[in-house]
Amino acid sequence: MIKFLFDRDTWQEVYDSLTKNKLRSILTMVGVWWGILLLIGLLGSAKGLENSFNRLFGNFATNSVFVWGQSTSKPFKGFQEGKRVQLSLSDAKKIEENIDGIEFVVPRNQNQSFVVRNFLSGNYGISGDYPLLDLVQKKNLVNGRFINQTDIDEKRKVAVISDDIYKQLFQKDEDAIGEFIIINGINFAVVGVFDKGNINMGPSDDIHIPFTTFQQIYNQGDRIGWVMITGKPGADIKQIEQDAKLLLKNLNRIHPDDNRAFGSFNLGKEFGKLTGFLTGMQFLTWFVGIATLIAGVFAIGNILLITVKERTKEIGVRRALGATPYEIKRQIVVEAVFITLFAGVFGIITGGWILIALDSAFGQGDEAVLVNASVSIAVVFIALIILVILGTLIGLIPAFKATSIKPIEALREE
Amino acid sequence: MLKISNLHKSYPIGDSSLHVLKGIDLSVESGEMVAIMGSSGSGKSTLLNIIGMLDEADSGDYVLDEVPIKDLTEKKAAIYRNKFLGFIFQSFNLINYKDALENVALPLYYQGLKRKERQEKGKFHLEKVGLLEWAHHLPSELSGGQKQRVAIARALASNPKLLLADEPTGALDTQTSHEIMEFIQQLNDEGKTILMVTHEEDIASMCKRIVRLKDGIIIEDAFVNQVRASEYV
Repeated sequence: MIKFLFDRDTWQEVYDSLTKNKLRSILTMVGVWWGILLLIGLLGSAKGLENSFNRLFGNFATNSVFVWGQSTSKPFKGFQEGKRVQLSLSDAKKIEENIDGIEFVVPRNQNQSFVVRNFLSGNYGISGDYPLLDLVQKKNLVNGRFINQTDIDEKRKVAVISDDIYKQLFQKDEDAIGEFIIINGINFAVVGVFDKGNINMGPSDDIHIPFTTFQQIYNQGDRIGWVMITGKPGADIKQIEQDAKLLLKNLNRIHPDDNRAFGSFNLGKEFGKLTGFLTGMQFLTWFVGIATLIAGVFAIGNILLITVKERTKEIGVRRALGATPYEIKRQIVVEAVFITLFAGVFGIITGGWILIALDSAFGQGDEAVLVNASVSIAVVFIALIILVILGTLIGLIPAFKATSIKPIEALREE
Repeated sequence: MLKISNLHKSYPIGDSSLHVLKGIDLSVESGEMVAIMGSSGSGKSTLLNIIGMLDEADSGDYVLDEVPIKDLTEKKAAIYRNKFLGFIFQSFNLINYKDALENVALPLYYQGLKRKERQEKGKFHLEKVGLLEWAHHLPSELSGGQKQRVAIARALASNPKLLLADEPTGALDTQTSHEIMEFIQQLNDEGKTILMVTHEEDIASMCKRIVRLKDGIIIEDAFVNQVRASEYV
């Protein structure tokens, strides 16, 4: 069989019988070509979309939940409903100590303040943050550094500003590092500039200052605006959210069934929906692609069946000249596999071109819809193996059909 | 060379069956040139098909070159056909997308010969039928007589012991028929055993022996004085 596959005559026969009716051979291939083109195109696009989501959320610890205080909706332990709920640093510490599966707990504060530099000014959101924030919500620093522990310890008057603020308060190409801006009437030295990016979770961050400095200048005490909780990889973020809220209700004397006392945004849950959607889309892609492939392969089988019918007499002649049924079958199966494989490889190549075209149309720049739309080599090989298997199976039908007729009947055929 | 005794064959037609061969006894020696004659329905083609292992007898013995031919699988039949027999058909049955040389070399392909060897042998036989310069022409570019000569070259290619011809001149005009017959006579002169089915008296008279069939039995089996086809050409 191996010798047969490397025999020039085998391929001469395949070539002859395919070029005998070129139009039909090409039409036969269209089905499989189209199927694999769809498969590659769709899989690549789905991958591109996934990559684009991953890039968007890449800077965030997606397995996280934000919790903030609102007001109670149920009276409890002598407190009337409508009590303001205020989270504190000790709440955050308790969460970190008592709840399983937590990686980080990041307390945050925010305020709107008037910011001035020379003759330029504006009203911006000022966040009081720990260096930890950089771990769960990666700051893309263009220049300088983020807040560090010394800033916290010494309550330094330093600020990390977004590129938007930089554009508004500074001249073009001016070095912002070491310059002073006035926040709430106090001088702050700029130590870093970060790229805000496209996606923002929670209130918009314009200027980060050390948490302790924030406490001091706004007279916050232990109060915090909201807390960001990230789960360890694989931890159930929904469970963490429930546990944290229950703990907070206990600590703050709130009715356990009071659902309005704390507001929250579960990024993990939302992200899960997104990834679920992506997985669904990939499944759909495979389903559509494979189904189209099967349809294409069936079309090949169908046409080969017609071809065999037309070649009944030729097959009869060959058998009269001494071709064994095995030799006839082998030839037809090889033809079937060759057509499917040829069409498949061509489909993979054109599918690649389509991905290149998609990439240049939608894959360029920072806000691209598709990032690196591509299929892995493994997928290509799986597709090819499926094609070979299907081609063989479908080739067997006309092969058996061809040898089921007695040579004498085949010869009589006109 | 060939020995047939008490050969029977019937075809089912609906509920009944048509008894085509009703006990044929025939033996052919090496080097003979036999014409099998008969009106249509006499069973002459069936007899030739059974001899050619394209069809199987219901009962009776058939020995070809001291090999009993019975209980053939398709594979075995294919190998025997390739080894013992060369076929010449009325409608030539060349493969239309292969050129003359490839057609001639086809039986050699199924013998498992190497490409180079096939080309050489194919050319040799094409030259023998005088069509070497037509080697790379497709059948559609050849005349009827040329096609039949390519078919004869193909039948000869595997160097068979027995040539079977089914109305070899049936599709040709008289002039070409005589040319083909002259060529077949030459082959016989060189020692090939030839068995042909025909219903034309003048073609049959160019053989050395005429077997007449009627309603499935041999009614006459006689050696005749061969008429040389060259007399007509």
